[in-house]
Amino acid sequence: MSRPLYLAVELDGEGAHPAAWRRASHAPAALLTPERVRALAQVAENAGVTLATFDDSLLPPGGVGPVGRIGAVERAAFAAVHTSVLGLAPVVSTTYSEPFHVSSQLASLDFAAAGRAAWLVAATDDPAAARALGRPVVEGGAALRREARDAVRVARDLWDSWEDDAAVRDVDTGRYLDRDKLHYIDFVGETYSVKGPAIVPRPPQGQLVVLAPAGLLPEGLADVELVEGRSVAELAGAGAGLRFAELEIALDTPAHTAAERLADLNRHAPWPGGPRLRYTGPPAGLVALVEELAGVVDGVRLRPAVLDEDLPELSARVLPALFRSGTAARPRPGASLRSTLGLSRPASRFARHLTSVEGTA
Amino acid sequence: MSSTDYPRPEAQLHLGVFFQGVNHWTIWSLPESGSQIDFSSFRRMITTAERGLFDAFFLGEGLRLRESGGKIHDLDVAGRPDAITQLAALAGVTERIGLVATQNTTYNEPADLARRLSGLDLLSQGRAGWNVVTTDNAWTGENFRRGGYLDHADRYVRAEQFLTVARQIWDSWDADAVATGADAEEWADPKGIATVGARTSQFDVEITPTLPRSPQGHPVIFQAGDSAEGRDFAARNADVIFSAHGSDFADALAFATDIRARLRAAGRPEDALRILPGTEIILGDTEEEAAEKAHRLRLHQVTPATALAIAGQVWGFDLSGRDADGPLPAEDPVVVEPTGEMGSRRWKDPREIVRTWRETAEARGLSLRETVIALGPQRGHVGTPGGLAEKFAHFVRAGAVDGFNVSPYLTPDGLDDIVERLVPELQERGVYRERYTGTTLREHLGLPRPEGPR
Repeated sequence: MSRPLYLAVELDGEGAHPAAWRRASHAPAALLTPERVRALAQVAENAGVTLATFDDSLLPPGGVGPVGRIGAVERAAFAAVHTSVLGLAPVVSTTYSEPFHVSSQLASLDFAAAGRAAWLVAATDDPAAARALGRPVVEGGAALRREARDAVRVARDLWDSWEDDAAVRDVDTGRYLDRDKLHYIDFVGETYSVKGPAIVPRPPQGQLVVLAPAGLLPEGLADVELVEGRSVAELAGAGAGLRFAELEIALDTPAHTAAERLADLNRHAPWPGGPRLRYTGPPAGLVALVEELAGVVDGVRLRPAVLDEDLPELSARVLPALFRSGTAARPRPGASLRSTLGLSRPASRFARHLTSVEGTA
Repeated sequence: MSSTDYPRPEAQLHLGVFFQGVNHWTIWSLPESGSQIDFSSFRRMITTAERGLFDAFFLGEGLRLRESGGKIHDLDVAGRPDAITQLAALAGVTERIGLVATQNTTYNEPADLARRLSGLDLLSQGRAGWNVVTTDNAWTGENFRRGGYLDHADRYVRAEQFLTVARQIWDSWDADAVATGADAEEWADPKGIATVGARTSQFDVEITPTLPRSPQGHPVIFQAGDSAEGRDFAARNADVIFSAHGSDFADALAFATDIRARLRAAGRPEDALRILPGTEIILGDTEEEAAEKAHRLRLHQVTPATALAIAGQVWGFDLSGRDADGPLPAEDPVVVEPTGEMGSRRWKDPREIVRTWRETAEARGLSLRETVIALGPQRGHVGTPGGLAEKFAHFVRAGAVDGFNVSPYLTPDGLDDIVERLVPELQERGVYRERYTGTTLREHLGLPRPEGPR
């Protein structure tokens, strides 16, 4: 068997089902408490998950009335100090945000998480976001992909704009920084430009792990692509980076079958299906499905219908079976997320190698 | 004067700590100078401050690395974390201390920034603060989509409109908007959530906020402007004002008196604003030892290279390579146009400054570096723990300050002796809390919870 399958889990809100909050084990307002953010991250870490993702949007979720949501970067940063091996991937949209700010926020998350941070890149196609920010609407797939591409390029350039050893502390010359190891990125895109360098030093991983839905970014810009398909066969394919399958799940619990739970929730709101794999049933069936997926993708992102009901089942009955069979593995203590995912730590793209230096010293 | 003769005999001192992360006052050249960026440095400093019952922990922000002479300034500590992200993490390792993020109103938008501050406020259960700063220079704008778009005259106009929209966002959810049980119609009652719309000279927005109020209502507003415009802005909008007027008693009192007059003019009560000057505190067992330590630290802060850089800003040309321990440059200064660069707006008339420098250097026989140190900004307070406690009690009881925002000269241990030695002396004199009595930043500062929506 080749390398183990990577396990990610989505921790936003009360679960993937729009009515999930009705089956949460606490009062609705508890969603917005630090205790809740801490508890979910710790349950995921204790279960042996490699990566937690945190969905986000500036806008209220569509379709189902208002639901409160703390920003994903803030939740991930708070979770960082309550975990030690779990990777943390907040969603940050690229459509209207300032790439310079986004880059700083994510680099800072990587420092707080000691090299466990990632970025789940998103695009925002709802014009309400433009109205909220007072910006012209970015319309159409091509424009959304352009903004996503440019934002990721800028962030990656900025993360490299400080070489790892830029703070030299040279007492004799009085220099804290070696300015030759700091670089203007001079990014010029179609809609804006960014000068640099970053105001945050190079993050512990050098480059954060970048995840994106398949097709949003040009090949090679993301480390992990999230792929969708209705069947294992549809999910087969190849890409430049790692491929994680999106997988919605609702599991039988000791008290109720998954079908009963979903029937209860669907009375309030349907769970809209996409072109995604959805598994409903006993934990053993999910174990079998994930083992099958291990043949066609590098990882799965589990999207539990109700976190308070499905996470305990994942933790007690699904992940232990996957670890036992060697299908998946717990992240190792002390490892960066890049290293857990088998990604090397790249040198700064701006670093000049001694051998290529020309001219006078 | 006995304590009962003071206008505020019962006044309590508030302390904050400013993790600077930039400029030459943070010493990096000592063996005990720790990392400016590792999370452990921030955790160490904030937990020390919380042990010392401080009101708040502050992070600064500058949206472009500092430059001088067209090059990145390389002599000072640099490289800071994003403030809100870092404070969200620090919220998880602290229980009571306030968490204040410096954030710019020019290169942010209310919908996004107000939401991030709300998130911090909720994750810390009511401990967030926002130090409102403005920028107008195009030099900073080179890092942002809009570039340098804002006229200098409009920076406070935008800041004020920004705050108005932010407050509307924070107050948009009714107190009982969120459902109390699973049988409710919806997670939150849409009728209990107001849409925020603004059409002003700076903003044309329509926002549906995603968060309710925090336990303290909303984040505490800090402001640091010292110009007349900045002081009026603070008097109208802020809960706390920083200042550089905290070293000399008469100067501090004059500032406080001025601010109170501006508060009255703005129709706010005199006690609506806390005055917390920034300061550096250097302690010794005796006055002589403290003074000697202060001199030693100054030499680490104003290195020969830094002295030449500071003088270069006055003279308007590069002095690096000269002898900092020799005399002042013989040349006349060059008057340069202000840019976003370091010091480019600091000097009103360089010829006048050079005249003063020459007079001082000649009269006291000082080298260039010694002159820079002697005429540098008065940075704060040097003395014994007991002596400074006595002095601070005088400042606060007389109404010259409400407290201090301490800038440690060392990361991350720069607060240790203040917490271990000065705080007990303040407590002994009855001007400092023995324990936290509140849980929110607003409660620490003795500020009322803002009136809110229904």
